[in-house]
Amino acid sequence: MTNQDASNHHTSPGAVIRFWRGGRVHQIPTPNPNQTLLEYLRSPEGLNARGTKEGCAEGDCGACTVVLAELGDETKPLKFRAINSCIRFTHQIDGCALWTVEDLSTGQGLLHPVQQALLNSHGSQCGFCTPGFVMSLFALYQNQNDQSLQAQDQGNLRARGEPVSREQAVAALSGNLCRCTGYRPILDAAQAMTLLPKVEQPEGAIKAALLALAKATAIAGTNSDDDIKANANAKELAPAIDQQGIFHPSDLATLLQQRRDHPQAQLIAGATDVGLWVTKQGRRFESVIDVTRTKELGHIMVSASHLEIGAAVRLEEAYQALVNVRPQVAVFARRFAGLPVRQSGTLGGNLANGSPIGDSMPLLISLGASIRLASAQRGPREMALEDFYLGYRRTALALDEVLTHILVPLPKVEELSRIYKVSKRFEDDISAVCIGIHITLSRQNSTTSNPTITSARIGVGGMAAIPSRARKTEDSLIGKTFSHETFVKAKESISREFEPLDDMRSSAKYRRQMAGNLLLRFWHEITQPHQINSLESLDAKPIVWMAQE
Amino acid sequence: MDGARMMAGHSLAHESAAAQITGQAQYVDDLSELKGTLFAAPICSQQAHGLLSALDITEASAMPGVIRIIQASDLPADPLLATFVHDEPIFASTRVQHVGQVIGLVIAQDVNTARLAARRVKAQIDPLAPILNIEQALAAKSWVLPPVSMVRGEPDLALATAPHRISGQTTVGGQEHFYLEGQVAYAIPQEQGRIFVHSSSQHPGEVQHWVAHALNLPMHWVTVETRRMGGGFGGKETQAGHLAVWAAIAAQLTGHPVKMRLDRDEDFMITGKRHNFLAKYEVGFDPQGQIQALKVMLASQCGFSADLSGPVNDRAMFHLDNGYFLAHVRIDSFRCKTHTQSNTAFRGFGGPQGMFVIETIMGEIARKLGIDALLVRRRNLYGSAPRNSTPYGMVVEDNILPQLLSSLEHSSQYQERKRASTAWNAEQTHIKRGIAITPVKFGISFTATQFNQAGALVQVYTDGSVLVHHGGTEMGQGLHTKVCQIVADALGLPFAQVAISASDTSKIANASATAASAGTDLNARAAQVAALEIRNRLADFAAQLDRCKPDEVKFASGLITTPVNSREFVSLVQAAYAARIQLWSDGFYKTPKIHYDKTTMQGRPFYYFAYGAACVEVLIDTLSGEHKICGIDILHDVGTSINPAIDIGQIEGGFVQGMGWLTTEELVWDGKGKLSTHAPSTYKIPTSGDIPQHFRVDLWPEANREDNVFGSKAVGEPPFMLALAVIEALRDAVSSIHPQMAFVLNAPATPSEVLNAIEQLRA
Repeated sequence: MTNQDASNHHTSPGAVIRFWRGGRVHQIPTPNPNQTLLEYLRSPEGLNARGTKEGCAEGDCGACTVVLAELGDETKPLKFRAINSCIRFTHQIDGCALWTVEDLSTGQGLLHPVQQALLNSHGSQCGFCTPGFVMSLFALYQNQNDQSLQAQDQGNLRARGEPVSREQAVAALSGNLCRCTGYRPILDAAQAMTLLPKVEQPEGAIKAALLALAKATAIAGTNSDDDIKANANAKELAPAIDQQGIFHPSDLATLLQQRRDHPQAQLIAGATDVGLWVTKQGRRFESVIDVTRTKELGHIMVSASHLEIGAAVRLEEAYQALVNVRPQVAVFARRFAGLPVRQSGTLGGNLANGSPIGDSMPLLISLGASIRLASAQRGPREMALEDFYLGYRRTALALDEVLTHILVPLPKVEELSRIYKVSKRFEDDISAVCIGIHITLSRQNSTTSNPTITSARIGVGGMAAIPSRARKTEDSLIGKTFSHETFVKAKESISREFEPLDDMRSSAKYRRQMAGNLLLRFWHEITQPHQINSLESLDAKPIVWMAQE
Repeated sequence: MDGARMMAGHSLAHESAAAQITGQAQYVDDLSELKGTLFAAPICSQQAHGLLSALDITEASAMPGVIRIIQASDLPADPLLATFVHDEPIFASTRVQHVGQVIGLVIAQDVNTARLAARRVKAQIDPLAPILNIEQALAAKSWVLPPVSMVRGEPDLALATAPHRISGQTTVGGQEHFYLEGQVAYAIPQEQGRIFVHSSSQHPGEVQHWVAHALNLPMHWVTVETRRMGGGFGGKETQAGHLAVWAAIAAQLTGHPVKMRLDRDEDFMITGKRHNFLAKYEVGFDPQGQIQALKVMLASQCGFSADLSGPVNDRAMFHLDNGYFLAHVRIDSFRCKTHTQSNTAFRGFGGPQGMFVIETIMGEIARKLGIDALLVRRRNLYGSAPRNSTPYGMVVEDNILPQLLSSLEHSSQYQERKRASTAWNAEQTHIKRGIAITPVKFGISFTATQFNQAGALVQVYTDGSVLVHHGGTEMGQGLHTKVCQIVADALGLPFAQVAISASDTSKIANASATAASAGTDLNARAAQVAALEIRNRLADFAAQLDRCKPDEVKFASGLITTPVNSREFVSLVQAAYAARIQLWSDGFYKTPKIHYDKTTMQGRPFYYFAYGAACVEVLIDTLSGEHKICGIDILHDVGTSINPAIDIGQIEGGFVQGMGWLTTEELVWDGKGKLSTHAPSTYKIPTSGDIPQHFRVDLWPEANREDNVFGSKAVGEPPFMLALAVIEALRDAVSSIHPQMAFVLNAPATPSEVLNAIEQLRA
């Protein structure tokens, strides 16, 4: 790799990928749009760094985990993200700082606290998953920062490596599989690592380097002076199509223009599914448009009526925003894939992908979300999310359109909403059935002591070829008394409403049963709060120990 | 490190741990490729069963970067692999026998090209009716090996006179190994037609044999090396041989080094897994729950070839008793041939499936009689004569289960939790609790007596450093660490002074597989024998120098001490070298006492038994069938532990793997015989969120009663079966809906399966 002084970089617009690793900026002169980051890391022509392993090449085992930091908001500390390098494309690390397992020990056999803790707790056996665990724990270590005001006063470099709870450790490791240890020593290490002497990354220098890279990219795109703000005109800022067929539009106008001019180019965001099209289906793209640099798509805004989430907002942040307004979504949010996928994938990508088993759709359909699509020619349009899905993996997205925003109504006082998911495994699994239930109640016109259901929206996944609304079942609820009997009828209705499939995740019979039973769970949860109604949020302990608390 | 203390008996870190956590530990795919290295990808059958008439390679051959396409007609020698039964083709030629069966290879300049081209090879296959499951195979009498029966006493008569009888059937699923490192081999042609293979294998000696056979080379022209595996679990006992043979054939035919690494999906589609079983049983018992007679039909899905199915099914029969005396018993074992992957070794090797059946029966007896299941289990344990002989005629001499179960019952507060669980179930409508304790008794030794031998080579260099070779392989289980601890103690050295490089067929000939949990028992003993030989020579030499008796020479803390002198180990070694004393030695060990007659199925196939028990408490959601484990208490017998941290790691890891087998890990084949769970996106092994915070492991404080290295016991497989407590706890929870009513809960107990069981009780 060439050691490149980024601030000097004025040539070859958009064609060179630059990133920071191990104290310096590296560059890739001729990026291939189909090469994965893992291939680049391990290749002798790339970084020839083979500590990072391939376990599955589909983002489900975590052996390939590396850590990225993006510049983001310059005024805030770097956000460290553990991601799956096996399905991230190499060109997507442009402008990022990268850490692999080889980058942590400080030389002379001095181990990073993450590594020392794993060593002390006997956290590696065969060792093949270990680099991935090291990196997930490293990201956790870096993100466990001191949130106190005093620490913030010290500027960007807030103390890292603050104590970790077991729950945080499990969440951080949700995308890492180990087949040898049974995890106990790894979880111990996660909690012990912060007790060791702290090790810091040169964050000031990294931010400076990333800032220089960002400016260089902007300059490269415009061939003008170094004032980015002066070059706010989108068309000028965006690099033209480069010879490798890789587009990284930085603003919406450029994105739409490139989308119009290159309809054959594959739109990508987190690549948590598109990556598999390459690694598993053997597909190859001539050109790609990566929407994750498009600034308008990266915003989260709250209006008086809606939460507006940019399509390129990572799932982790998007769900945080959803949880902020509806805390009951928190457990579901943690069960959406594993953390590295949530750190990579975007909400827009999840929706636009159109999978019948995507988890965001049942939730958002039940909440009455709509989406905004935009094209260069016709401008923006909005539609209800459920209307976006036309058939199996077929959506209303036109060839020149991009999904830009997701609009989620804010909660109303009278609403009751829940989201449930059933899968073989609690963590990092795809739903057999997913169901979002949203009803509103009123005491007006109610003849009994129970209120009346005035509206109902039910979103379901896993029950049909597309994410759907259970309209018949909604009808069976609306106008009825909020009672057990009503929900028993709704249960019968929903099990008749769909013709789910038998597949490797579930039988059709179980899917039908579950759609109905989860409606009952909803009823129980609302009306019997003294009972335990679900396991997913329960901190399971032996009963004798529970009684002692 | 404190050099004065013994190395064995302490929780030293795994010898590779520091390399693993810094990314320095190399696996086969991490080795730098030699110049000119080519890459192989498999061409796989898309049909479960059919006649292969032609391969159209036109499109694939034309792809830039494709060097050659290899098929059965290119094979240099025997078209069959040198497997035990000799029934498996290297490449399918006229007939394909499962979806994923390898028909040939594409050799290309890079791995992606090879894989893309392999998809473009079109195989013309005229489909034949496949046999896809155990029921179909039983109906068609389709076997990979003939059925086997084991009978003792008068089971029919005893069944007829028993006060209580239950008959039933249950199934237990297979299991994908999901070693994190997929199958891989790197074959490098050497001068004069010789070949060197880097293999991720539990059995380099067998890989050497297979490669030599396939290439028609004498075995001394084939060298196989395994530094480490990224997990094995039995999946790299025979299955690594296929990759090595394919890579070696490609290397021989092209004259280039060839690397072959399976993509994860290919690995699932091609390689064998744990056998799934169907069991039908009839049991007679007395009012206290003591079994009087048992008849069991055990049928397993072996796949399209025999592989290790014979000994796997034998071990299922051997362990159907688990820890229980069966006076009158009949076990009929059927080894079903199906058009699916050829199932193979997997931790426990049939033992878990056999034990699954008897533990299912114990639970059913308890529920039928309304007695605590632990009490039923205790009433059936092996005891004193005549209740101490296994169905295969081995006297259980070392039974510690009665004491071990009592100890765990007490330490886990089983009875209090059982009562509290019952109270909870009375209060809670939807979430029910269950708790169970199940024991494990697992026989240690290869049931084929000949494999119970091992060799080692210990070499002391003139700087005092020691290099050990032995026939075992390192797959994460800590074998090399334990061997180094034993050798270090034999020579009185600190741990760091002893190293192991790689398992290498050119150093140790005819080594057995690292399997049957016997890796340490065999290889650490062989290495100890070799090290003691060197020690004796050094002792003799020191005794000569200092005019004392050799047994007065002490080796400790890196010092060699006589009554008159104390020398650094290295000083005496250098003096011994100058005096032309041999500073290396071989060592050999064979397990004593064992014998077994395959025809009568009688003998002592096992040197000793390893024991353990687990107490597991679970919660189930009766609306969804979802479940969570809320506590695990394990008491396990490793004898005197050579390395407690490593042994606890094996116990915890084995338990969690067994838990996955019984709960989330479901293999699903579609109607045409294609495995549809072929990647971690669809095949779910446990994650860190699946284990409870309360996960306690204690070691049984007693040395192996047989003379075994350091007084230890084998630990690789036995803890896997502790997880049977999980499914028994789930059944206990389900039963709370309608106590004493019978139901069927098969494994894996997915939410769907648990809900199905619940619905049986609600019907």
